[in-house]
Formats: sequence, structure tokens, C-alpha cells
Amino acid sequence: MWEFCGMARTDSGLRKALGRIPQIREEFWRRIKVPGTGEEFNQSLEKANRVVDYLELAELMCLDALHRAESCGGHFREESQTPEGEAARRDEEFAYAAAWEFTGTGEAPVLHREDLVFEYVHPTQRSYA
Amino acid sequence: MKLTLRVWRQKNADDDGAMSTYEVDGISPDMSFLEMLDTLNEELILRGEDPVAFDHDCREGICGACSLVINGDAHGPERTTTCQLHMRSFRDGDRIDIEPWRASAFPVIKDLVVDRSAFDRIIQAGGYITAPTGSAPEAHATAVPKPDADLAFEHAECIGCGACVAACPNGAAMLFTSAKINHLNVLPQGAPERETRVLDMVAQMDEEGFGGCTLAGECATACPKGIPLVSITGMNKEWLRATRKVAKH
Ligand code: SF4
Ligand code: FES
Repeated sequence: MWEFCGMARTDSGLRKALGRIPQIREEFWRRIKVPGTGEEFNQSLEKANRVVDYLELAELMCLDALHRAESCGGHFREESQTPEGEAARRDEEFAYAAAWEFTGTGEAPVLHREDLVFEYVHPTQRSYA
Repeated sequence: MKLTLRVWRQKNADDDGAMSTYEVDGISPDMSFLEMLDTLNEELILRGEDPVAFDHDCREGICGACSLVINGDAHGPERTTTCQLHMRSFRDGDRIDIEPWRASAFPVIKDLVVDRSAFDRIIQAGGYITAPTGSAPEAHATAVPKPDADLAFEHAECIGCGACVAACPNGAAMLFTSAKINHLNVLPQGAPERETRVLDMVAQMDEEGFGGCTLAGECATACPKGIPLVSITGMNKEWLRATRKVAKH
């Protein structure tokens, strides 16, 4: 995640991460060892559950970052920058919040677009030039 | 550093529990006490044994989750939380006793983890204000004298760790409860519930089975946030005032 889904992301890096995560998940389930049982107070099980959640979240973050081909806010897609090196927005295509519906581990989530409507203050291209 | 740990192991609430001895090696003086326990747990897991259950969350001294009696002292030898205690406070070869909070109102769940929900119920009884707050109001809209603001802040520092209860020979929760009451009762925002707050929170505190204060002062010595003993006097004063005022109505 640090390497491929950090501050600056690229199409190829995100695709690499999306290839890696299922491998990590497979390795997790193959090698996981949780002491104790599910019938008792079990902090190790709690931690293992969190790792499972993080894998899902990581996958979704990469998928969403790949889908949003523009740069905006803390999401900087290297392909989408102005000649000055600022984040280049593409509001015509991406002025929506993406809500992803979970359809099962490893399954493609379904995108629900929630359009962003700006009545008074409109988003503009940042420029310090 | 090489250390001998004697750790309280208790399978569940019904188990009797006993101290177990473990050796740990390669402990850096820069490790926090909890990192030292992480090291022990990693070894236990590799050996196929049950790791030691202990509470922790922020590991930066603000959440109040970490709670260990170390060599008989709540949070150990320094005046801080267990997570902010470092192994440089110990010497190579030391033997360290590690136990859970001991108080009948804090039953052990497993090993070093106790159930502190009694504190939550004390808060629920009155640790809130009913005035609608909305978004952050303009800072000067309600004038608060500086000494009152300071006093409220001093008490708001309580993180609800429970060290005061663990240290008290009576298992009393008066330092904690007084911190919550003084925090809100001194502020204008807390004024509408000033009487009901102290009466309800003290009643809840008693109902939870916490003991009464005999001014031993152990609580204020153990408190990692420096809540002073006079807070209890302040709570008692509030309580007396409230009983008289409520009786008049
Ligand atoms: S008064 Fe101090 S020792 Fe007691 S719960 Fe609050 S922070 Fe912890
Ligand atoms: S873990 Fe949060 S205060 Fe120690």
C-alpha cells in the first residue's frame, strides 16, 4: 500500500497492488495460526479478524484509486497533473462520491455514484503560478 | 535485558487464576512495557502456548485502556500510564510481578484484562450536559473565568484508566467520579444538571460496589494524569450542596 497506493499513485502501480493482495490473502489463510478458540475471550482472534478486514479495505482502496483516473485532494494520480505538477481535476467525469457495495471477498464491488452538486462555490484547478 | 516475569494467568471470570513465571531475553531499555509483553506473547505463540491477554489501545497515554499492576503499583514505578512506561525504569535481571487491577467492581475477564464498564455506567448516570452544543460555538459567547476553565481542564484530563480504584485500599472510585463531576460542574454549560449530576453519579458509584473514601490518598499518587486528592473534597461539597438544595424543593 505504501509503495503503490500512497500519496502518488499510477495505473500500473495500482494494478500491481491489485495483483498482489489476493496472493497475500491466500498466504494469510494458508499460514495463519490463531491460538485459542472462538468460544472464549480471544485477543489473537480479534487481531486476525482485523487483518482480514484490512486486506479487504486495501483491495477496495486500490480499486477505487484505479477507477478515479483524475487527481483530486489527497488522491494524486501521476498521469493526471497540470504542466506545473499540480493535481489535475477532471470534474466532467468524476464529480461524484464513489460508494462501493460489497458483494463478497474477492468479488468485484458495485459502484454507486453520488453526484456532487456545487451551488455557490465551484471546484477549480489549483494553481500557485 | 533479561527479565523474570511473574504474570497473573486466569482463563476466564470463573477460573481461580495464579501467577505463572516466564523468562524474557533481548529486551531493549527503549521498549515500552507493553512492547516487552508483545515480545513475551510472540514467544508464547511460537511455543504453542496461550498469549497473555492485556488491554491496550492508543499506546500514547490518552485512552486509559492499558491497566496493569506492576510490582504492586498501578501503572508501575513511574507516574504515567503502563503504555508510557519504558523498560529503562527496570534493571537487567529484575523480577517483575504483573497483575490485573484488583477491585471487586472490576471483575477479571481474562489474565490481565478486567471489565471496567462500571465506569461507563457512572458516566451514563450524569457525565454529560443536556444543552444542545451544535457546531463549535464562538469562544466568547459564554464567558468562563480563567481559573474555572483551568479547573475544568485539569479534571477533564482524567482518562478513566481506573488506577485510582486499583490503588485504593477500599477499592473506591471517588477520584474518578470527582474528576468527572468537577469537570462539568464548574462550567456554565454543566450548570443545569449540577445537582442531579453529582447525586446520580455518586448513587451509581455506590451501586457498582466501589468502596468509600477514607482519605488514604493512594489514588492521587497512582493517577497518571495528576488528578489531585482535593477533587474528592470538591465532589463531597457538591454532593452536600445538592442534597440540601434538592431537600428545599
Ligand atoms: S482519576 Fe486518574 S487514576 Fe482515576 S481513572 Fe482518572 S486518570 Fe485514571
Ligand atoms: S494504551 Fe491508551 S493510555 Fe495506555
